[in-house]
Amino acid sequence: MTSNGWIQIALFSVIVIALTRPFGGYMTRVFNGERTFLHPILRPIERAIYWCCGVDEQQEQHWLTYAVAMLLFSLVGVITLYALQRLQWYLPFNPQGQTAVEQSLAFNTAVSFITNTNWQAYGGETTMSYLVQMAGLAVHNFLSAATGIALAIALVRGFARREAKTIGNFWVDLTRTTLYILLPLSVVVGLFFVWQGMPQNLNAYVDATTLEGAKQTIAQGPVASQEVIKMMGTNGGGFFNVNSAHPYENPNALTNFVQMILIFSIGAALTNVLGRMVKDERQGWAIFAAMGVLFLAGVTTMYWAEAHPNPAFAAFHVDSAPSALQAGGNMEGKEVRFGIADSAIFGTATTDASCGAVNGMFDSFMPLGGMVPLINIQLGEVIFGGVGSGLYGILAFAIVAMFVAGLMVGRTPEYLGKKLESREVKMTILALLSLPLSILGWTALATVLPAGLAGIANTGPHGFTEILYSFTSATGNNGSAFAGLSANTLYYNMTLAGAMLMGRFIFVIPLLAVAGSLAGKKLLAPSAGTFPTQSPLFVGLLVGVILIIGGLTYFPAVALGPVVEQVAMNHGTLFAGP
Amino acid sequence: MLRQFRPALLMIVVMTVITGLIYPLGMTGIAQLVFPHQANGSLIEKDGKVIGSTLIGQNFTSDKYFHGRPSATTEPDPKDPTKTVPVPYAADNSAASNLAPTAQPLIDRVKADAAKLQAENPSAPVPVDLVTTSASGLDPDITPAGAFFQVPRVAKARGLPEDRVHQLVQDNIQGRTLGIIGEPHVNVLKLNLALDAMK
Repeated sequence: MTSNGWIQIALFSVIVIALTRPFGGYMTRVFNGERTFLHPILRPIERAIYWCCGVDEQQEQHWLTYAVAMLLFSLVGVITLYALQRLQWYLPFNPQGQTAVEQSLAFNTAVSFITNTNWQAYGGETTMSYLVQMAGLAVHNFLSAATGIALAIALVRGFARREAKTIGNFWVDLTRTTLYILLPLSVVVGLFFVWQGMPQNLNAYVDATTLEGAKQTIAQGPVASQEVIKMMGTNGGGFFNVNSAHPYENPNALTNFVQMILIFSIGAALTNVLGRMVKDERQGWAIFAAMGVLFLAGVTTMYWAEAHPNPAFAAFHVDSAPSALQAGGNMEGKEVRFGIADSAIFGTATTDASCGAVNGMFDSFMPLGGMVPLINIQLGEVIFGGVGSGLYGILAFAIVAMFVAGLMVGRTPEYLGKKLESREVKMTILALLSLPLSILGWTALATVLPAGLAGIANTGPHGFTEILYSFTSATGNNGSAFAGLSANTLYYNMTLAGAMLMGRFIFVIPLLAVAGSLAGKKLLAPSAGTFPTQSPLFVGLLVGVILIIGGLTYFPAVALGPVVEQVAMNHGTLFAGP
Repeated sequence: MLRQFRPALLMIVVMTVITGLIYPLGMTGIAQLVFPHQANGSLIEKDGKVIGSTLIGQNFTSDKYFHGRPSATTEPDPKDPTKTVPVPYAADNSAASNLAPTAQPLIDRVKADAAKLQAENPSAPVPVDLVTTSASGLDPDITPAGAFFQVPRVAKARGLPEDRVHQLVQDNIQGRTLGIIGEPHVNVLKLNLALDAMK
C-alpha cells in the first residue's frame, strides 16, 4: 500500500461528497416538476413524448397502478430486447455479420438488461451487432436506470407526503429521469470519453499488420455513447467482453477515475434528494454517512488484500514489491495503467453500487480481496447502491433499524415522521428475505447438480465462490462475475435469469406497497420520545443492522468460499485445474 | 390496469428512437467531426497501412523488441470450432485468465515464464507484471520496472549500447495524470516504434 494509493482514495471520496448536494438539488427540482436550466430545450420534447404515448402528466397513480405500469414496461422491454437479438442478422448496423443470439442466451441477456443487472454471459464484440448494442442494450441502460430511480422516488414520496392516496406517475418519473438527468450528462461525459480515446464509430473491425508482421483484428464500435450510461446508470454491461478493463472501454487513468465517480454520482445524490423531499437534508446525510463508512471499510480491505503479492510467487524470484517503478501486488487479471489502488476503488465501488462493471478480474483477486465484492452485494447493495435501488434498499434497512430500536424501548417506531406499523415492517421483511432465498437457494441447487458444477473454472473452495458469486451478482442485479464460470449454458442462463427477476421484482413490489401505505399516513411532529434519525447514533444503528443481517445470513456460505481459500493459500495449498 | 399497456408499448418505441438511435448516431456524428482520430480507434498508420492502435497491445516475441505482458486471449480452433486455442493479443476477443491465486495452472505458468525471463536477465528479480496476464489480454502497457528489466536483451539484440536504450525507456515513461491518478507506465508499441526509429 502506498501513500499515493491513499491519496487517490481520499480524492475520490472528496469528489463524491462535493457532487452530492448540487446534483441532489438539481434532481429534486426535476422530480418535483420544477423548472431547470434545461427546460427551454427539453420541455417541448417531454410534452411530445406524453402526447405520443397517451400519458396525462397531471394524473398521479396509486401504488398498485404504479407497480403495474412498471411491470408492464419491463415485460415489453424483455420481449423487444429478446426479439432484437434474435433478429439481428436481418437488421442494419451489423458490419461483422453477427448471427442470431442463441435462445437461452438472448433470454438471459434480455432479463439481465431490463433488471439493471447487465450480467454478461456473452462477449460483446463476438456476439452483438452494433444495432443491438445501441438500440437494445444501451436503451435499457437508460430505461432500467430510470425505472430504478423512479421506484426510489416513489418510496421517498411515501415518506414525504401526508394522507395522500398516490405516489406519483411512473411514466412521468421515467421520462423526466431519462430526459433531464441521464441524457444530458451522457452527451457531455460521452464526448469527454471520445476525446480521451474511446472509439465512437460504426466501422467494421480493423485488420492491422503488427510491427512483427502478424495480423491483428481490432474490434470497433460506438463504445463511448454506451460506456457513459453504463457507468452512470450503474448498469455495468460492457461493450466488450472484458468490460472496463478493455483499453478501448477505459483508455487511461483519467477515464477510469471519471467512471468510478459516475458509479456513485446518482446514488449519492439521491440521499440528498431524500433529505430535501422530507425537508431535512441532515436525514439524507445520515444515510450518506452510513454508506460512506461501509464504502471505506470495503475499499480498505480490498486495497490491503490486493497490495499483497501472491505468496507462491516468492519462490520464483519475482519482484512484487511496490516501488517508484511498479505498483507491485497481485497483478494477475489487472491492468498496468490502473495498478492496485485504482483497481481496488473500482472493484469496491462497482459492487457497493449495483454497477457490476469491472476494470480487473475478481476471479483472480486474492481470496479476501474477492470476498469484498461478494459481501458488498450480499449486504443488499445499499452502499450508495444501484441508481434508485440503493436508496430504496437502504430505506428498507432503515425501517428494520427503527423497528429494532422501537422493540428495545417498547415504543411504536417512527421514521421521517411516519409511524411504522405491522404492515410496513412485514412488507419490508418480505423484501429483505427474498434476497437470501434467491442467493442461497440457487447456489445450493447448483452445487448438487452436474449442470451447475460443469461450469466452474477453478476447483476447491474457489469453484464454490464462483457459483456463489454468480447467483449473488444476479440476485443483487449487479452483473459483475467471477468470470471463469462458464455461464453461457442452458442451466445457468435460465437459473440466473430467475435469480435476476426475483432480486428485482420480489424485492421492490413489497416496498412499493410500503410507499403506498406510508403516503396515506399522518406526518407526526417529532416529540421528546422520537429517535433522532439524523444523529451519529442512528448511523451506527443502521450500519449495525446491515452488518448483523448480512453476517447472520451469509457468513456460513462466505466461510466455505473465500475464507477457506485464504487459509489454504497461507498454508501453500494449491488446487488442480478442472 | 390495462390502460397502462398503451404507454408501456409506446414508451419503449419512443425511448428506443431517442436513446437508441438519435443519441448514439448523433454522438457518432459529433465525435467523427471533432475527434476523428480517437473516434476511429487511435489507429497508427505506416506507409499507408494500419499497423495497430496505440491503445491496443500487440504480441511481441522477437528479442529486438520490448515484450508486453502475457495475454490470455484465445480464438476458435481452426480444426475444431467448438474448441479454442491460445492467440495472445486477439483484439476481437478480449479475455482474462480468470485463474484463482491458489490455482495450480497459474503457479505452473508463472514458474515457467519467470524462469525464462530470469535466463534473459539474471541481474535482477522479474517484475511481477511481466509474468501475470492482464485483465483485458490487450494491455498496451508495462511498468517502467518491466521495461528496464528488458533493456539488456534488447540492447544486445540490436547491438546498441545499454545506456542509450535505457534512456529511450526513460523518455517513454508516462507518469500519473496530474501527478496523482493512475500508475506510471510505458506503452510497448510506442516504445518499439521509437526503438525502430533510432539510428
